Amino acid sequence: MQSRFSSAALAAGVTLILGFMVLGISFSVEGVVPTLEVSESHKIIGLLIGAGLVFLLQYFRAEVSKVTTKMKGDGQAHELPAFMRTEKQQRVLAFWAVGALLLFPFLSSRGAVDIATLTLIYVMLGLGLNVVVGLAGLLDLGYVGFYAVGAYSYALLNLYFDMSFWMALPIAGALAALFGYLLGFPVLRLRGDYLAIVTLGFGEIIRILLNNWTELTGGPNGIARIPKPTLFGLEFSRRPSEEGATTFHEFFGISYSSEYKVIFLYLMALLLVLLTIYVIRRLVRMPIGRAWEALREDDIACRSLGLNPTNIKLGAFTIGASFAGFAGSFFAARQGFISPESFTFIESAIILAIVVLGGMGSQLGVVLAACAMTILPEMAREFDEYRMLLFGLMMVLMMIWRPQGLLPMKRPHLELKRD
Amino acid sequence: MTNLLTVKDLTMRFGGLLAVNGVNLEVGEKQIVSVIGPNGAGKTTVFNCVSGFYIPTAGSVMFQGKEMRGKPGFKIAQEGMVRTFQNVRLFKEMTVIENLLVAQHMHAEHNLLKGFFMTSDFKKKEQELMDRAAHWLEKVGLLDFANREAGNLAYGQQRRLEIARCMVTEPKLLMLDEPAAGLNPNETKDLDELIVHLKDEQGISILLIEHDMGLVMGISDQIYVVNQGEPLASGTPAEIQANPEVIKAYLGEE
Repeated sequence: MQSRFSSAALAAGVTLILGFMVLGISFSVEGVVPTLEVSESHKIIGLLIGAGLVFLLQYFRAEVSKVTTKMKGDGQAHELPAFMRTEKQQRVLAFWAVGALLLFPFLSSRGAVDIATLTLIYVMLGLGLNVVVGLAGLLDLGYVGFYAVGAYSYALLNLYFDMSFWMALPIAGALAALFGYLLGFPVLRLRGDYLAIVTLGFGEIIRILLNNWTELTGGPNGIARIPKPTLFGLEFSRRPSEEGATTFHEFFGISYSSEYKVIFLYLMALLLVLLTIYVIRRLVRMPIGRAWEALREDDIACRSLGLNPTNIKLGAFTIGASFAGFAGSFFAARQGFISPESFTFIESAIILAIVVLGGMGSQLGVVLAACAMTILPEMAREFDEYRMLLFGLMMVLMMIWRPQGLLPMKRPHLELKRD
Repeated sequence: MTNLLTVKDLTMRFGGLLAVNGVNLEVGEKQIVSVIGPNGAGKTTVFNCVSGFYIPTAGSVMFQGKEMRGKPGFKIAQEGMVRTFQNVRLFKEMTVIENLLVAQHMHAEHNLLKGFFMTSDFKKKEQELMDRAAHWLEKVGLLDFANREAGNLAYGQQRRLEIARCMVTEPKLLMLDEPAAGLNPNETKDLDELIVHLKDEQGISILLIEHDMGLVMGISDQIYVVNQGEPLASGTPAEIQANPEVIKAYLGEE
């Protein structure tokens, strides 16, 4: 097989040349003279191994693709495993899962609980964006804008009006929803790519506005010392912030531990996520949820049946944005400090990746993907600079092998019951 | 007697192309009216203008005494004028029953809070939608397929489902764009019976575009002939069949 060998050799050669440019030569400055030198031998060996791998992969390409097509499946929604097929089994399973999640913080380390809380924030963001992208089929690249609105709503309301977290939470959600509505109103006439670009711009506008409106938002310095949420007025700090207030450990007469706060935040995030899941579960089964799916399939047919597409899309946009608002204000409360830097485009991209990776429209898929997207980078910390590379590789492989996502949506069909 | 639908001097221009020029239509209560004409005559363009998918360049579309021209399609559908499409447009990944539930969106309960807490109000409303959907499925003979995905139905069944989907919106005027296209003679006969049933039992009017002359001549009260965007003739089936102009347009000159 002449051509098979030569094409594999060519691919390996290209890998060598490109890899050598990036890894093989190092650039250093001695005094004032910049010099180029060949890097350490282990990098060169790594490069050669890489080129060898490429050669083998290309040479046995036919065999490899046979394996990968098997992994790809038929592109259809996969059947759930046997133990979670009926509704009753699912309910029991969900019950145990929630129980395990409730117990988790008491059995594991503080760091793990902290990461879990962060994961839950992303779960919430993913679920919210899933309404817009997965269910209604509107590509939103500026979702982080609503997240920022939520976070800054709480921070600013607290800063200027001394509002507590619990008061600010619904307001933050409502404000984010309002922004979603206002943005959606003019742009939802646009389709596909155009909508994506406008929303991308919106996300950037919010960030730049926060960055430059220094008098109100503190600009790039951000807002610090945002108070943590309280449990019915009980604070989780060592000493009460003001005279007459009680702290959690004083109230229960136990000694102070900073872990209570972490656990409390985790449980709160869990509660918010469960609420989000419940609300979206209901939405999908309501007329508006059906309309979202119908609109995604054929908006001309929808119009011919008297469905107002703009209103239905606006509904999705507004509801999706409000979840980002809730997540944002919780994020602000957890961090205690926010700045525009937390709301860059890469955040939008990660949230979108969660939705796509999980399988558009699938709630369980989004939850799993959010866990993967936040926990894997944490676990891969020791690879430091190669972390993003691995991340990118994972995304590429995922799109090649399972473009439909981890758990593609199997929507609950309403059944006509007959007696 | 006032007409249900009166279209006057309907004109549609796409750039330099005059697709429809001065077409008039009148549909009375409980009437079946057909629009016929050779391929490319502009019949579907007339439909699109009347149903609000195009905004006509000139002319007026009066439905129940109200001007419809320039209103968006979904508003016109809400007024009670609902259409089907030449190439069936079902929600293919949804089940048959869900197709009919989506179609009743304007009758559904929209209060989100009621939906969240599944109040008895909400449940009752949903049950009503379900019952109406089942009623129409039975009428078009698809009750056994209620829980199947719409995309998996046979072509003739998809056609019937599309009509049922229009009927659950409770229209006053049903516009059918070539409903018999791609059907076999038996299915066409069923369709014929269904259309007559809709008129007689449901009391609605039907505006029909069709090439199947047997169907058109058999059930129409009034026929309009369009040729190259221009109105050519109108009258009862017998008048149309005898009209030399019409024969010329269809068969060409000697």
